[in-house]
Amino acid sequence: MIKFNQVYKRYPGGHEALKNLSFDIAEGEMVYLTGHSGAGKSTLLKLVAAIERPSSGGVLVKGQNIRSIKPAAIPALRRNIGLIFQDHKLLFDRNAFDNVMLPLQICSFDHREAGKRVRAALDKVGLLDREKANPIALSGGEQQRLCIARAIVNRPTILLADEPTGNLDTEYSNEIMNIFKSFHQVGVTLLISTHDESILRQFPARALHLKKGELQA
Amino acid sequence: MKPLIEHLHVLQYTLRRLLLTPNATLLNILIIGIALSLPVGGYVLLKSMQALGGQIAGTPQISVFIAAGTSAAEIERIGEKLKQHAAIGRIEFVPRELALNKLQQSTGLADVIGGLSQNPLPDAFIVFPRDDSVKALEALRDEIKAWPHLEHVQLDSAWIHKLEALLGFGRMAVVILAALLSFALIAITFNTIRLQILTRREEIEVAKLIGATDAFIRRPFLYFGLVQGLLGGIAAWLLVAGSLLLLNYQVGILTQLYASDFSLQHLSPADSITLLGFSSYLGWLGAWFSVSQHLWQIEPR
Repeated sequence: MIKFNQVYKRYPGGHEALKNLSFDIAEGEMVYLTGHSGAGKSTLLKLVAAIERPSSGGVLVKGQNIRSIKPAAIPALRRNIGLIFQDHKLLFDRNAFDNVMLPLQICSFDHREAGKRVRAALDKVGLLDREKANPIALSGGEQQRLCIARAIVNRPTILLADEPTGNLDTEYSNEIMNIFKSFHQVGVTLLISTHDESILRQFPARALHLKKGELQA
Repeated sequence: MKPLIEHLHVLQYTLRRLLLTPNATLLNILIIGIALSLPVGGYVLLKSMQALGGQIAGTPQISVFIAAGTSAAEIERIGEKLKQHAAIGRIEFVPRELALNKLQQSTGLADVIGGLSQNPLPDAFIVFPRDDSVKALEALRDEIKAWPHLEHVQLDSAWIHKLEALLGFGRMAVVILAALLSFALIAITFNTIRLQILTRREEIEVAKLIGATDAFIRRPFLYFGLVQGLLGGIAAWLLVAGSLLLLNYQVGILTQLYASDFSLQHLSPADSITLLGFSSYLGWLGAWFSVSQHLWQIEPR
C-alpha cells in the first residue's frame, strides 16, 4: 500500500529532513510513526499525501510514484487518503456538519446521500448532537474528532494522522485511539505519528522510529 | 443532470456571496457599468450620426444648375450630352417647380417659401458619376463647368468626405476607449477576486488537501467574475438607456425647431446582447487570470 525506497528529502538551504528511508506498509496494516519533534514525522506524512515530493528515492502510494505524479492526478489520490492534522485545519466559517460535508462536495457526491454519510461519520466520532455547532465552540478533543469525521467521510483506504492525540489528556486520547482501532478492524490502512509512549503500550502495533530523519532499527 | 445541478449550486452560492457584501458589490457593479457605458455611449452617438449622414446624402453627386432663361430644347441637349458622357452613370432632371416643392417639404422653410412671389430656383441636373473618388469627381466638375448655358456646377461630395473622416476618427476613439476600459474591467475583477482568495485562503488550502481539483476551486470564483461582469454590463445598458432618454428629450426640442425627425437611436437587441456577453466574458477572464495566479501561489509544495 505504502512503499518507501531509499527516500531522501532535502529542503532548500540544505536541511536534510529524511535520510535513506526504506519500509513497506501492507494493506490494512496499522503502523505508528514515532520520534521526537523535528525527527521528520510530519515530512514523511506529507510525502505520502503528495503534499511534498521526495528529493530522491521512490515513494509508492497505492501504486503511484509520488516523485513523478502529475499535478492533475493528485486530487484523485488524496480522495483515497484521509488526513488528520495536528492543528485540525477546520473551517470556522461553517458548522460541524458542513465541515464534514466538504470532502463530499469536492467529489460532487449526491446531495441526499451525502447528508446520510456526514451524519454516519459524526455518529462514529460521537459528535452527532453537535452537528450545528461551530468548530470554534468545540473543545480540543471534539475538534480532533471532527477532523477525523471529515477524514473518514468519503471512506478512504488510507488514514494518515499527524499527532492526533497531541494536546489531549489520556481519556480523550483513548477515545480517539479506540476510533482508530475500529477503522483498523474494517481494513483501513493507518499511519499514525505520535510521541506518546503510553498509547503504544495500550494499543500495540508495529512502530517506525525516526531519529533525525533516519529510521532506527 | 448531476453536473448541471452542481453548477446551479455554485451559481446560487455566488449570488449569496454577492449579497453578503452589498455595498462593495454595488460599488463594483457601478464602476464596471460606468467604465463600459463610455464606449457604448460613444458607439450609440456615432451610429446615430452615421444614420443622419446617410439620410442627407448617400453617394456623392454633382449638381448642374442651368442658367435662367435657357430654352427647353437647349436643356434637353445638355441632358443628352451628360447622359452620353463616359464618366457619368446616371442623371436625374429636377425641374425648378419640383425643386421648390422638395425644398418646401424637407427643410421646414414652407413659411419662407410661401412668401416668395416667384420661384427663385433654377432647373437642374443631378449627375451620379461612375467613379466617386475625389479626383475623378473634381475633374468631371471642371469639365462640365466649361459648358455653355450653365449657371453653376456644384460637387456635393466634399462635406461627405469630411463627415466620413470625422466618423472614422470617432470610431477609432471609441475603439481605443473600449479597449482601455476593457482592461479596466479585467483589472477590477482581478482585484476583487484576489481579495476573495486572500480571505478564503484557508478554505482553499484545506480543500486542496482533501482532494479538490483546481477546476472545483476555480469554479465559484469564475462564476463570481462572470456574474459581476454581467451585472456591470446591465448597469452600463441602463446608464446608456437613461442618458439617451434624457438626451433625446433635448434633441426633440432642438429638431422641432428644424422640423426634422432626427433622434438618437437606442441600442439594438443584438448590440445589447453583445454588450452583456462581452462584459460577462471580461469578468470571467479577469477572474480566471486572478485565480490562476493565486492558486499557483498557495499550491502546497
